[in-house]
Amino acid sequence: MKQFLSFVRKEFRHVLRDRRVLLILFGMPVVQVLLFGFALSNEIKNTKVVIVDYAKDYASQQITTKIGASRYFEIEKNLLTHEELLSAFKKGEIKEAIVFPAKFAQNLADNKQAQVQIITDASDLNASNQIVSYLTNIIQNYEAEQNELQEVPYRIIPETRMLYNPELKGAPNFVPGVMALVLLLVCVLMTAVAIVKEKETGTMEVLLVSPMKPWTIIVSKATPYLILSLVDLISILLLSVFVLDVPVQGNLLLLLAESTLFIVTCLMLGILISIQTSSQQVAMLIALIGMLMPAMMLGGFMFPIENMPYALQLISNLIPSKWYYIIVKNVMIKGAGFSAVWKETLILGVITLMLFFVSLKKFKIRLQ
Amino acid sequence: MRTLKILLQKEVRQIFRNKIILRIATIMPIMQFLILPLAANFEIKNINLVFVDHDHSVDSRKLLSDITSSGYFRLIDYNNTFDAAYKYIETDKADVVLEIPAGFEKNLMREGKQQIFIAFNAINGTKAGLGAGYLRTILGNYNKDIIVQLAPSVKSKQESGINVVPLDWFNSQRDYKLALIPGILGMLVTLLSCFLTALNIVKEKEIGTIEQINVSPIRKSDFILAKLIPFWILANVVFTLGLFLCYFLYHIVPVGNLLVLYAFVAVYLLAILGFGLLVSTYSETQQQSMFIMFFFVMIFILLGGLFTPIESMPHWAQLITKLNPLAYLIKVIRMVMLMGSGFKDILPQLEVVAIMAVVLNAWAVFNYKKKV
Repeated sequence: MKQFLSFVRKEFRHVLRDRRVLLILFGMPVVQVLLFGFALSNEIKNTKVVIVDYAKDYASQQITTKIGASRYFEIEKNLLTHEELLSAFKKGEIKEAIVFPAKFAQNLADNKQAQVQIITDASDLNASNQIVSYLTNIIQNYEAEQNELQEVPYRIIPETRMLYNPELKGAPNFVPGVMALVLLLVCVLMTAVAIVKEKETGTMEVLLVSPMKPWTIIVSKATPYLILSLVDLISILLLSVFVLDVPVQGNLLLLLAESTLFIVTCLMLGILISIQTSSQQVAMLIALIGMLMPAMMLGGFMFPIENMPYALQLISNLIPSKWYYIIVKNVMIKGAGFSAVWKETLILGVITLMLFFVSLKKFKIRLQ
Repeated sequence: MRTLKILLQKEVRQIFRNKIILRIATIMPIMQFLILPLAANFEIKNINLVFVDHDHSVDSRKLLSDITSSGYFRLIDYNNTFDAAYKYIETDKADVVLEIPAGFEKNLMREGKQQIFIAFNAINGTKAGLGAGYLRTILGNYNKDIIVQLAPSVKSKQESGINVVPLDWFNSQRDYKLALIPGILGMLVTLLSCFLTALNIVKEKEIGTIEQINVSPIRKSDFILAKLIPFWILANVVFTLGLFLCYFLYHIVPVGNLLVLYAFVAVYLLAILGFGLLVSTYSETQQQSMFIMFFFVMIFILLGGLFTPIESMPHWAQLITKLNPLAYLIKVIRMVMLMGSGFKDILPQLEVVAIMAVVLNAWAVFNYKKKV
C-alpha cells in the first residue's frame, strides 16, 4: 500500500509540474462544452431569403411580410432572373429563394389554387430541411387565416407535448453528447502517453527492476488522471447547470458514479494504447486520428444509430461514449434512476474490466 | 535552395522510415472514409411509436394504419395504459406516444371535433420537431378523408389552397451521402495534416535533435518549408485517394471542375499545415502540442458547418466560423462538387484562406527561435 501511494505521488508530481498541460486540461473541456452547448443547434435563425415575386399582388406581399416578421428569416427582396439566381447560389451567397409566379392572388381567388416554389440549396441538406419546413408552416398559417371563416367539421385536434425539452432547444441533446466526446478523448489522450513516455525516455527500465507489480503500475498511472478528470467533470456539470440551463434532473450521486465509471473506462483504453505502442507519437495519433471521427459519428448524438446499417450499429457498440451518452441523457435530462441505465452501466463495467485485463496481459516486464 | 533540398531529403527519409506513422497517416483516414460515411444519415425515419387506444373503434384503427403506412413511424406497442406507454419513452424505446381517448369516434361524429394526445421525447429537438410535422400532415389527410366520406359538400370549399413546391437544387434526390461525404473527406484530410505537423517540430525539441538544426546555418524559413512540403504532398495524396473513393465507391460525380478544387485545397493545406507547425513551435512537449491541437480541431470540426448548419449558430459563433479554415473548405468542396461553382465563385473563400496561409506560416517562422 505504501509503495502504491508513493508511486501515485510520483505520478501526481509529474502531472502537476507541467503547468501548460494542466491549464489545457482544465480549460479545454470547459471552453468546449460552453462553446458547443451554445453554438450547436439545428434551428435556423435569421437566414437570408430571396423573394422572387413575379406576382407583386396583395397575397404575395402579405406572405412576404409574414416571412419577414418571423425570427427565422430576413427578407432580401430582389427580382432576379433564373441565371442571376443560379449564380447567386453558386457563389454561396444565398441558401433559399421563394418564387411567386405571376397572377398569384388572382389564381388563388379564381381557381382556389396557386403555386409557390421554394428553392433551397440542398447541398446543405440539414439547413434545407429546416428552411422548407419553416416556410411551409408560415404559408400554411397564412392559408389557415384566410380560410378561417369557413368552419371545418370533423376536426381532430392534436394536443402535442414535447417532453424534457418543450422549446426544442439544441442543448439538451448536444450537452450530453459533447460531454461524452470531450471526456472520452481527453481521458484517452492523457493516459495514452503515460507508459509509452517512460519507455521513450528510458525510465521504464527503472520501473521494471523495481518491486512494483504491473497492476500497481497501471492503477497508479491512472489514479492522478482520474482525480483530474473528476475535477473536469464537476466544472462541466456546473457550467451546464448554471450557464447552459441544462439542469441535472436525476440523482446527482448516480450521475457522478456513472461518470467515474466512464472516466475509468477511457483511462484504461488510453493505458492499453500506451502499452501497445512504441512511441508517444504513435500513441497520440492512434488516440486522435483513430478515435475522434468514429467517436463523433458513431457516438449516437450526431447521427441516429437506428438509421445506420446493421454492421455499423454493431461497431458503434464498441464505442464507450455511446453508452455514456445514453446514461447521461437518461439520468441528467430525463431524471431516470439506476433501473433505467443498469444495462449500459454493466456494459461499461465489462468493457473496463476487459481493457484492464488485456492491458495487464500485454504489459511486458522485459525490455525488448 | 540547396539547403532546402537537403532538408527535404532528411524529412522525407524520416517519414518513410517510420512505417507505423506512415500507415496511421494514410491507411487510417482511408479506412475511416470507407466506413464512416455509411453512418452519415440525418434522415428521420423509424420514429418509434406507442399507440394507446382507449376507444377501439374503426376510426381509431384507421388512424393507426394511416400513421404506420406513412413509412415514418414504427409501431412498438399497441393498446396499453398511458403510464405503461410513458415507460417506453423513459427507457428510450419509444420516441412518441399517441393516446386516443375513449369515445373518440362517437365525439368526432356527434360534436364534430375530438382531441387526441401526443407526447414526444424531445431531447433531440430536431427529431421531435420533424416527427410532429409528419404527424400533423397525416392527421390533416385523415381529416380530409373523413370529410370526403361524411360531408362531400364541404370538401369542395376546402379545395382552395396554396400549393407549396419545394425545389431542391444541387441535390435533387435529397441524398445525405451527397451532402456529407465530400465534407467528411475534407475533415479527415484536415485531421491528418493538423496532427502530423503539430507533432513534428516539437518532437525534435523533445528528443534534442533541434539543437543540431539550431547551430547549423539553416535559415528559419527553409526549416519550416522543409517540414511543410512533405506533409503537403502526403495530404494531397490522401485527398486524391479520397476523391477516387468518392467516385468509385459512393458514385459522387463532381459537377464542377476538379482543378478549381485542387487549387483551393493546395492553398488550404498550406494554411492548415502552417497552423500545425505554429502550434508545434509554441509547445514544449508532444503532449502539450496534441492537447492544443485537439482543442482547435474539435472547434474546426463542430463549427465547420457540416453536421449542423452555420446559419443555425448564434451570431457570435458565426463570427468564429469566419476564422475557421475548415468551414471554408467544406463550403468550397460543396460548391465545386455539388453546385458546379467555378474559379470566380470561390475566389472570396480562396482569398481568405490564402491570407491565413501567409499569416500562419510567417508566424510559425517568426516564432521558431533558434535557441533553446
